[in-house]
Amino acid sequence: MASVTTAAPPQSATRSRLTESKGFLSAWFMLPAAVLLLVFLTYPLGLGVWLGFTDTRVGRPGIFIGLENYEYLWDDAIFWLSVFNTLLYTVSASILKFVLGLWLALLLNENLPLKSFFRAIVLLPWVVPTVLSAIAFWWIYDSQFSIISWALMELGLIDHRINFLGDPTNARASVIAANVWRGIPFVAITLLAGLQTIPQSLYEAATLDGASRWQLFRYVTLPLLTPIIAITMTFSVLFTFTDFQLIYVLTRGGPVNATHLMATLSFQRGISGGQLGEGAAIAVAMIPFLLAAILFSYFGLQRRKWQQGGGD
Amino acid sequence: MASVGIRNVHKSFGAVEILHGVSIDIDDGEFVTLVGPSGCGKSTLLRMIAGLEGISRGEIAIGERVVNTVAPKERDIAMVFQNYALYPHMTVAENMAFSLMLKNAPKTERDQRVQRAAEILGLVPLLSRYPRQLSGGQRQRVAMGRAIVRDPQVFLFDEPLSNLDAKLRVAMRAEIKELHQRLKTTTVYVTHDQIEAMTMADKIVVMHDGNVEQIGRPLDLYDRPGNLFVASFIGSPAMNLLRGEVAVQSAPTFVGAGGVAIPLPAGSGVQHGQPVVLGIRPEHLKLSDQGFPVTVVVVEPTGSEIQIIGKTEGGEEIVANFRERHAFEPGETVRMSVEPNLIHLFHGETGQRLSS
Repeated sequence: MASVTTAAPPQSATRSRLTESKGFLSAWFMLPAAVLLLVFLTYPLGLGVWLGFTDTRVGRPGIFIGLENYEYLWDDAIFWLSVFNTLLYTVSASILKFVLGLWLALLLNENLPLKSFFRAIVLLPWVVPTVLSAIAFWWIYDSQFSIISWALMELGLIDHRINFLGDPTNARASVIAANVWRGIPFVAITLLAGLQTIPQSLYEAATLDGASRWQLFRYVTLPLLTPIIAITMTFSVLFTFTDFQLIYVLTRGGPVNATHLMATLSFQRGISGGQLGEGAAIAVAMIPFLLAAILFSYFGLQRRKWQQGGGD
Repeated sequence: MASVGIRNVHKSFGAVEILHGVSIDIDDGEFVTLVGPSGCGKSTLLRMIAGLEGISRGEIAIGERVVNTVAPKERDIAMVFQNYALYPHMTVAENMAFSLMLKNAPKTERDQRVQRAAEILGLVPLLSRYPRQLSGGQRQRVAMGRAIVRDPQVFLFDEPLSNLDAKLRVAMRAEIKELHQRLKTTTVYVTHDQIEAMTMADKIVVMHDGNVEQIGRPLDLYDRPGNLFVASFIGSPAMNLLRGEVAVQSAPTFVGAGGVAIPLPAGSGVQHGQPVVLGIRPEHLKLSDQGFPVTVVVVEPTGSEIQIIGKTEGGEEIVANFRERHAFEPGETVRMSVEPNLIHLFHGETGQRLSS
């Protein structure tokens, strides 16, 4: 037996050394994930950044032109309008989603009859494909057949149809409302999960300590929920900032660019208009904003002082 | 401080009644433990006193005032929870001052009262720490501190020591008892551990299946358990219980399975042929040539005493404790007897105590 072992061919010895090496094995197991990330995330991102420095058009490879695209955008009023629109859209929709989502989560956390039924219902806007719900909103906001206009007219509250998507202010409010409707379930369900991790005995102790319902919320619920709120709202802000589908289906950025977000403008210039380089530059211009949101949450998400020390 | 009156209290959750008419009188300044196995309703009763559970029927009074419809925060009670329920985002000092802050007490008064409670409990060096940074025993003390700061009419403890290790539990037991002797606040203490109940209480309430089985001072319950449940629940190791019947010839004798014969005290008022359960505390068994035979199965020396687990001739298990260091061998047969006046006798069917 001993002679057999010593006579083993050198390849299999190398192989067994490799399969026992921790470094080799971990690299080998991480390879599929790394390849996926490189091919589908890093490469497109790198390509996008590169395109932003070229004058590539659809059907014509471009050449490196340095910051020319960005210099052009710097003087482009429509680009700056889209930046303003994106910030307005993100800030107002996120605030509304947070307030309404938290309120809904608090309601769902009570012992309501048919609790699980309502929880399932709340998720519906989230599970419906965005394009489908956007088309539904398109009908709701239709200048002729809007159910809102019809209902308000039947009630005698207004005497002519509301021009939801034709008027700049109305259009902005309408797309924000649609985004809020769609985004509330994510906020509500995540915050509900957070609420359920707060032990009931804390509420009981605070009740005995003399806290009113508002004080229970103010001194127990809210502080214990802040870590979850931070992570939920970070994601919500990122989703909203990069929103494309709702706008594209509802308004295509109109009227007079009043609802153009950076994402839709980038698509319009890059794909529809064929100016791939310029479109890419607009998309790249979103990165600083997203990075700022991530950094903000990174520092906001750092374990608070009371979460540190002794685990149990 | 106040007395607590619990009068014919019932509690139902839906169609299930879990407390069937409980009445307990707790005197001003008394330390009362509610003890019983899991699911006996003791914690529910405590939560009803606190106001965290509604009262289905009957009434609960704190002092002179019936509190059935009084909100928990108006009842002037403080509760220590099993999991301590400390607010994780507040320091020890903030935890203790929370109730005072809600009452808008001035900052100086708050600090004074927190400081005083912290001194009593040895928490002064920990005041600026967060609950996560404390050990189990320290958290337990903070929970008590939070109760002390309130200076309430009644302290309620819901199994406060069950999350601690055995050694700490003994230490905290003494600490709580000392605290009560110092503050003399009426205390209701729920536990499933009969040792805790015995060592701490002025008065023990033994509960079982939503009923009060017996109320009494610790040693009274030990010496004169009112029924079989109390007899088997109070005392560790548990009382030996042998089923059999009475034979009266010249003197009354207990005859158990396998012909085990044990003389009964004269004047126990039992009749010939009456089925009974005989109870003997393990420490009351003595070695004696006139006794009944027991086969030794396991010998457990604990140092202070030797515990024998054996079998009678009828196959019933017998536990005996001896302070003397006898040399027992497993398998050996010894004879044991008991002083007739140390025997407990219970009715064979109802389980109620028979002997006086």
